Amino acid sequence: MTGPRKQIVLGAYLGGVNHHTVWSDPAAGSQIAFSSFKHVARTAERGKFDFFFLAEGLVLRERLGRIFDQDVIGRPDTLTVLAALADVTDHLGLVATLNSTFNEPFELARQLASLDHLSGGRAGWNIVTSSDAFTGANFRRGGFLRREDRYVRAQEFLAIARRLWNSWADDDVVADQQSGRFLRRPDAGAFAFAGQQFEVSGRFSVPRSPQGQPVILQAGVSPEGRDFAAGGGPDAIFSPYWTLAEAQPFYRDIQQRAAAHGRPPGSVKILPSGAFVLGDTEADAIERHHEITREQISGRGAQILLETVWNRDLSGYDPDGPLPDVDPEPEAPLVIQGRARLHQNVFETVARWRAIAEENDYSLRQLAIHEFGHAEFVGTPTQIADRLDSFVQNDGSDGFILGSHLTPGGLDEFVDRVVPLLQERGSLRAEYEGTTLRDNLGLPAPASPATRAAG
Amino acid sequence: MTALHLAVALDGAGWHPAAWRSPAARPRDLFAATYWKSLVAEAERGRLDFVTFNDSLTLQSADHFAPDQRTDQVRGRLDATLIAARVAPASDRIGLVPVATATHTEPFHVSKAIATLDYVSTGRAGVQIRSGGLAGEPALFGRREFPALSAEALQSPQIQQLITERFDETADFIEVIRRLWDSWEDDAEIRDAATGRFIDRDKLHYIDFKGRWFSVRGPSITPRPPQGQPLVTVLGHGLVPYRLAARQADVLFVTPQDAAHGRQILDEVRGETDATGRGEQLLVFADLLVFLDADAGAAAARKARLDEWDGAELFSDAQIFTGTPVALADRIQELGELGFDGVRLRPGVLPADLTVLVESVVPELGRRGLFQPRYDRPTLRDRLGFARPASRYLLANGSAR
Ligand SMILES: Cc1cc2nc3c(=O)[nH]c(=O)nc-3n(C[C@H](O)[C@H](O)[C@H](O)COP(=O)(O)O)c2cc1C
Repeated sequence: MTGPRKQIVLGAYLGGVNHHTVWSDPAAGSQIAFSSFKHVARTAERGKFDFFFLAEGLVLRERLGRIFDQDVIGRPDTLTVLAALADVTDHLGLVATLNSTFNEPFELARQLASLDHLSGGRAGWNIVTSSDAFTGANFRRGGFLRREDRYVRAQEFLAIARRLWNSWADDDVVADQQSGRFLRRPDAGAFAFAGQQFEVSGRFSVPRSPQGQPVILQAGVSPEGRDFAAGGGPDAIFSPYWTLAEAQPFYRDIQQRAAAHGRPPGSVKILPSGAFVLGDTEADAIERHHEITREQISGRGAQILLETVWNRDLSGYDPDGPLPDVDPEPEAPLVIQGRARLHQNVFETVARWRAIAEENDYSLRQLAIHEFGHAEFVGTPTQIADRLDSFVQNDGSDGFILGSHLTPGGLDEFVDRVVPLLQERGSLRAEYEGTTLRDNLGLPAPASPATRAAG
Repeated sequence: MTALHLAVALDGAGWHPAAWRSPAARPRDLFAATYWKSLVAEAERGRLDFVTFNDSLTLQSADHFAPDQRTDQVRGRLDATLIAARVAPASDRIGLVPVATATHTEPFHVSKAIATLDYVSTGRAGVQIRSGGLAGEPALFGRREFPALSAEALQSPQIQQLITERFDETADFIEVIRRLWDSWEDDAEIRDAATGRFIDRDKLHYIDFKGRWFSVRGPSITPRPPQGQPLVTVLGHGLVPYRLAARQADVLFVTPQDAAHGRQILDEVRGETDATGRGEQLLVFADLLVFLDADAGAAAARKARLDEWDGAELFSDAQIFTGTPVALADRIQELGELGFDGVRLRPGVLPADLTVLVESVVPELGRRGLFQPRYDRPTLRDRLGFARPASRYLLANGSAR
């Protein structure tokens, strides 16, 4: 390769509410105490990560109408915990996953702008759109939004948020004690928007924040999702692609779509999210990975994971026996509620799984471990550093959002053992260059709007 | 007389609209975390029970019923719950009570935000719930319509009815956030490796709230906060909010103008708490807006200069006090003798009046035995003398266990 090395973008997530977290490990701590969040965020900052990332789920999962009790559950309010983390970190970006269906644009834009002020320009927002009547039962709005409308709402939601963030110019707060002028103009913050989902107007109450606008992230790879990411203006997009063969075309596609929308190269970062397992030797790492997946997915857990696709009660099938000999029932009432549906065509998925099980002679549980238990990076520190670096240098992605099976200490090992190797290669910063999340990511600050009259 | 509780209400550069022009103010820092951290540190130095962070969804306006066009007053405000969370790890003992607005927001979100504030402050969280104001607010959300308002319209039976309904809705709102705090019993997380169960789901509860304005199923996604129930506070200026407080609040802030008015308020509040049977469980705080100086004339002159800058005499719902720390201690003593449980002071200028309060008023009250900081008690509820409540669902199911 010629030219400067691409810098690897790194985000850290706290292994939260899912079957990936091994809560029975003696070293496992609380997923709710602030000390856990503080530990992971400080570790990430020690490793010169770009940001700390929090996922969101607005309802407790259920199985057959009862609260699901097998995995870690219980999480804090995202924005509140990020605001507190701003006090115990100095450079780390603070990225919140927040749903556009069960929030209102004025309120959320105000909270995100507040977080940006309170963190000195480190706020980010990962927009998600999940909506179902099940989650809706916790909210005034209820669960009535159709799938298509969710995206209309998300688009309008972001458009309004941006309009609000742009309703104050950088220099609207004068605060000149001598002249007695606090505001530069009488209508700072004025806005009005009328669309299919929203009709809102008034004055936005938060002056322009250090980043102008929080960094926007988005998750989704459907054609609509891609266009939204490329043209709608998210600064980063999650991708699920792990092999260069899959990742490179996606990377090129997004860059082309962004260019077609007139966005400069590099203005949309692509970030797969995944977990790592380290070992002193490759064999160690693989062995440890096996142990972890066995902890993650019990026999009971395996039945339940497969129920997310079969959508029928599989508790009668032996976890150490063959796959269920029945077809999935996608039209039946949901067995598992409150978990993102990841498989569109369940018949195809089941057929694929049967083939895998047959080829490898897998039991129900072994299949579940194979499908749901993988950590994306398994190896020695050097192997993992190599793999992350070559993935980025070859345009598979711009970086990664990393987590571990162990809360809150899992990231320590990565920061102690892998980060120095990436720094030696010149692929990861040795020191933070700027102060804001945009600085970290090398994204330009959005231009400050001039006065309303001039604009 | 027993000792009183002391709180301070923080808002922008202080409660005078021209406070930001005072040489002692820091108007360029109003939106920075350092400003809020230093104010809270100052209040904590005075060992006050708690601070409140004022908030509203609309931009500040000198016109009660519409946005204004003024450029000479502070405009712009950060979300109060996030300010409180931001300062929580930097403080140690003081209670943190942000204002949150009902009516347009989701009780589910507010409940978990305040529960999380309780986690990040290890048991020092509260909330001041305000009903959504009618003017300007609905249009920010575009989901509901309220009639346009004016001073005259406020007197019409139709608007009065609407206001009563809004407070009923707020009562439902608080009921829901409280049920959500209780929806996990304290020991619901069991991490039982033998059975593979992370939680005992019998200790999680659907709240199944169905009301006139909204319904919420629950449980919360956030486990029960350290205090069980963070402190719920309400500001009220009449019977309708007093009724709300009697039903749902731990602390009620009121605005007596003089001794007779103070007595009348306490009678009215007592009437409401007698009806609910929650008499001992509601603390009543008197709000005072204060300008303090070693010399009474200086305090009055300072206020007069601010009035002049603002082009109008300061108007406030709370009584305005200008004078010396000793005179303020006298006033606070009177309020205590009337039967108030505490006072909440609104500094006219920040940080100046807060500093005098901490350095002079608090010691004076201490000398008189009127204020005994309880910083040995780690949680806000403890400090105010409230027990840690058990989950209502535990009580409901207690006999079944
Ligand atoms: C990496 C990644 C992370 C996601 N995180 C969340 C999350 O934290 N909370 C959530 O509600 N949805 C999350 N989602 C779900 C997406 O926002 C979206 O709802 C999902 O991909 C389904 O989209 P669709 O309904 O358009 O098919 C995530 C998706 C991806 C790919």
